[in-house]
Amino acid sequence: MINIPSTIKISLRALRVNKMRSALTMLGIIIGVGAVIAMLAVGTGASKQIEEQISSMGSNLLIVVPGATTAGGVRMGAGTQSTLTLADAEAIKRECPAVEEVGPNLNGVAQVVYSHQNWSTGVVGTTPGMLIVRDWTLSSGKPFTEQDVKNATKVSLLGQTVVDNLFGDTDPVGKIIRIKNVPFTVLGVLGKKGQSPQGQDQDDTIYIPVTTAQKKVFGTAFPGMIRTMMVKAKGAEYLADAEKQINELLRQRHRIGPKQENDFTVRNLTQMMQAREESTKVMTLLLGAIASVSLLVGGIGIMNIMLVSVTERTREIGIRMAIGAKTWDIRLQFIIEALTLSLIGGLVGIIIGVTGSEILSMLAGWPTIVSPLSILMSFSFSGLVGIFFGFYPAYKASLLNPIDALRYE
Amino acid sequence: MALIEVKGITKIYRLGDIALKALCSVSLTIEKGEFVAIMGPSGSGKSTFMNVLGCLDKPTDGQYLLEGIDIGRLDRDELAGIRNKKIGFVFQGFNLLSRTSALENVELPMLYDGMPAKEREERAITALKSVGLEGREGHHPNQLSGGQQQRVAIARALVNNAPIILADEPTGNLDTKTSAEIMELFVKLNTESKITIILVTHESDIAAYSRRMIRFLDGCIVSDEKKGIRGQGLEVGKL
Repeated sequence: MINIPSTIKISLRALRVNKMRSALTMLGIIIGVGAVIAMLAVGTGASKQIEEQISSMGSNLLIVVPGATTAGGVRMGAGTQSTLTLADAEAIKRECPAVEEVGPNLNGVAQVVYSHQNWSTGVVGTTPGMLIVRDWTLSSGKPFTEQDVKNATKVSLLGQTVVDNLFGDTDPVGKIIRIKNVPFTVLGVLGKKGQSPQGQDQDDTIYIPVTTAQKKVFGTAFPGMIRTMMVKAKGAEYLADAEKQINELLRQRHRIGPKQENDFTVRNLTQMMQAREESTKVMTLLLGAIASVSLLVGGIGIMNIMLVSVTERTREIGIRMAIGAKTWDIRLQFIIEALTLSLIGGLVGIIIGVTGSEILSMLAGWPTIVSPLSILMSFSFSGLVGIFFGFYPAYKASLLNPIDALRYE
Repeated sequence: MALIEVKGITKIYRLGDIALKALCSVSLTIEKGEFVAIMGPSGSGKSTFMNVLGCLDKPTDGQYLLEGIDIGRLDRDELAGIRNKKIGFVFQGFNLLSRTSALENVELPMLYDGMPAKEREERAITALKSVGLEGREGHHPNQLSGGQQQRVAIARALVNNAPIILADEPTGNLDTKTSAEIMELFVKLNTESKITIILVTHESDIAAYSRRMIRFLDGCIVSDEKKGIRGQGLEVGKL
């Protein structure tokens, strides 16, 4: 019968006797586990950031951009032509059943002035629908209405960054700002959204009615022109339908023949972002895999030391066998020694990994998230490494001939 | 039934092409409670014979019955069990675990027998007391004299109540006075606890403590004499 608690005691004593060596052996596992945890924390942090950006952008989004591809054989980049109109946006909302809301966009950069402060920002001409499309709520004030769009009133909604730069601590609601020298009343402030998936500050923006932008701020090449529009589908499962319906409707509205190419492009933003999220996850896995290699190397280090230990303690093994240690008594002793090394190494590695992630996010500014799963995983993996690499030395020890072992000098 | 019954034990070592016959067809019987000294010059096969008796080595040929159990039929772990329960070893070099206290050294055989910790400790303390090492339980081997280390080894051999103690040159590393003390301890164990003691030595004054002397030469038994009274042997040794 094997007495596990006593065997553990024996193993721990053997490790204590050789403190320096035990510590150095653990180092491999410590670095391995620490690296796995830190790498996964970096990866998870990046994924989480992208996830947040996707949800800040709004969900189930399609974006329609003009100027598809060709102009008389010369292929132009998307957006080089302006082909979309406010009427297109309204038609999409009206006629495509899979579409929930449409937000037209006529944007440009403009200098904005309030009192003695001025600031250059992106001004977006749009409709109240845009707020729904982008899941954007106001932190104060009230949004402009369809009526404002119809009448092209000079009202505006400010992003938080604009408020910070122009107003400081003053409440902007009801104040008058000048956009390209045109006076606008501030109706409300947009809630803070943070960075976009592209890394832009989404709060550095001003929303005004699209008609006001067309007539009073930017001007248009033709009546009703807008640059792009964002479309919110009724749900994730409607995205493909919405894309198809928009394509059909716009081809018809733009009178594009069956063999002609589109003068617009519909892009599935959500899909693009999900693809990016996927690639981040792959990166996380990759980082984790690379870190696991160091864990493996740590395991080989343990095996190395255990083999030396078995040779060094041949006489001890002989004595134990002479007084009745059975095959598995000897095996377990060495396996538990290896396991102890790797588990203590794992624990220290967890501490190092967690602090390391903190330091990384502080120094490099990367968002890191240490998930409990990664701790559990790397800890149990280090245990497995201990058992796996401890087994061969233990097996070798248990096969010694008692007499030869006793006589070993 | 004899305690130990050995029939035609032969041991041949093969070193490359050369076959070395360490034991050639040895047969003998040892009864319970005997005190046997095995003597002979080095290379006579006495240590090989002890290893066979101690279930540490298997003979090339022949049969070994220990309390009627055919040792040749047992596997590795069963042999370990026999060594644990039936045989206590005392070696010339003491063979204690270094960096391990006397108490823990004595506990070791019981540990491999799966005894609960409390009982283990109690019995180890009793065993150390019986060999005169009371108060030295926490000492490590390097803090003990040679004689004390050998006493720890004897306590370890006793603690599982093994009926046999095999001692291989137990006084080889000790001075004359300590040797005498250790031998007196063996005599006491033999007479009071009826433990069978088999002792390998090449010193006749050590062998004189025994009541039966077996001499080996070139792998064979050349003489086997029993003495009625222990005192005789003792006097012979002192001459």
